[in-house]
Amino acid sequence: MNEGVPASPWTIEVRGLTKLYGESYALRGIDLQVSQGEHLVIFGPNGAGKTTLVKIMSTLVKPSSGSVRFGGINVRDKPTQVRHQVSLVGHQTFLYDDLTVYENLKFYGKMYDVSDLESKIRDVVAWVQLEPRLHDRVGTLSHGLQQRASIARAVLHNPSILLLDEPEVGLDPHASAIIRDLLGSISGGSRTVVMTTHNLERGLELGDSIIILDRGKVVYQATKHEVGTLDFQQVYDQYTGTGK
Amino acid sequence: MLTELRTKEVIVSVLVFALLVLVIFSFAMGTGAGTIEPLAPGILWVALTFGGVIGFNRIFAVEKENSHLEGLMLCPMDRAVIYWGKLAGSFTFMLAVAIVVTPIFLALFNLPLFLPRLAFIIVLAIIGFAAVGTLFSAVAINTRARDIMLPILFLPVVVPVIVAAVKATAAVLAGRPWGDMLTWLQIMIAFDIIYLVIATLVFEFVVEE
Repeated sequence: MNEGVPASPWTIEVRGLTKLYGESYALRGIDLQVSQGEHLVIFGPNGAGKTTLVKIMSTLVKPSSGSVRFGGINVRDKPTQVRHQVSLVGHQTFLYDDLTVYENLKFYGKMYDVSDLESKIRDVVAWVQLEPRLHDRVGTLSHGLQQRASIARAVLHNPSILLLDEPEVGLDPHASAIIRDLLGSISGGSRTVVMTTHNLERGLELGDSIIILDRGKVVYQATKHEVGTLDFQQVYDQYTGTGK
Repeated sequence: MLTELRTKEVIVSVLVFALLVLVIFSFAMGTGAGTIEPLAPGILWVALTFGGVIGFNRIFAVEKENSHLEGLMLCPMDRAVIYWGKLAGSFTFMLAVAIVVTPIFLALFNLPLFLPRLAFIIVLAIIGFAAVGTLFSAVAINTRARDIMLPILFLPVVVPVIVAAVKATAAVLAGRPWGDMLTWLQIMIAFDIIYLVIATLVFEFVVEE
């Protein structure tokens, strides 16, 4: 696939990030740092604030206070510049059901002003192994194939930062394994990846560092090396209170 | 646009609705000379306005259903670009409806078929409808009762355009000169400019959480 090296260092720096919806806190003063090329995996129970954090990072949601900086650029000050370098794979594919995979990729490619679009579409479609279904309407594809097309959409403009919000949700084990392989093959480059997941085993496989969010706060933070031989399920239960 | 061309789910509904309005009024009011002229402009604009509401209801609903709006909002462009894209789509869609409905209206009510000045009025009014309808469609999708919310928001705001369009159309159908409809045209032009500017400025705050 087209896995070019991003031109500039894209570290992520989150400081004092708070998000209020009405009177309830979704995030309470999140601080974290992700180096360029690092893969951060965020665990946490439902309602912990994982999706809110990813949405703020992706510029979809504005924080109530605090800041997110990508390579020193405040997301709030220069959202358009940041969006060129960031991509999100979420629960939803963002693809139009009544358009074909090719038409969707062409549409998003134009939105991101991707040069040499036809060749890049061919590359990413080959990478996600969707060539035989390229001219099928997205609505006719299974959820697993749609999620592959969504990953193709996400990497089409070669983003420096990839945000993955529970990309395996709703997939059967086979489709989930394919998605995991695809996400695994994104690793190893200079692309910074932030992924949220409920799946502890998969998360530990893909992450260089991990955090556990609970009720809008970072309650645990460690590198993969530090987690090492710990029984991570026990750690997770301990910090989120889910094991009680 | 391509999605709508494939599914035709909105344009067919709006066209059927608008044509039904015309047919019902033509039966209810009759089409005899002297009785229909004062009512005809209102009938045309009732058909186009209420048909427009049905169409505007779907503009952002379609984007919301599969989080397409979020996909668009992730793209590296100003939020206002999304508004102008949707506005262009709404305008084209309403114009297509008017192109079909207006000749049928003129034929049903035994009115002259060639009225270029009416086309000018329709374009001005549709710009205003599309400017407000696109903005309020974005507002309404984030509410629970979005199908009800849009007409409640949209119709009071577009009253000046509806009144101006009806009055100007009446002048055209009566064969009066441009001067007689100038005030109404000026109202529509001013409305279009004001709401295009306002909608462009506030759209970002409407779509962001």
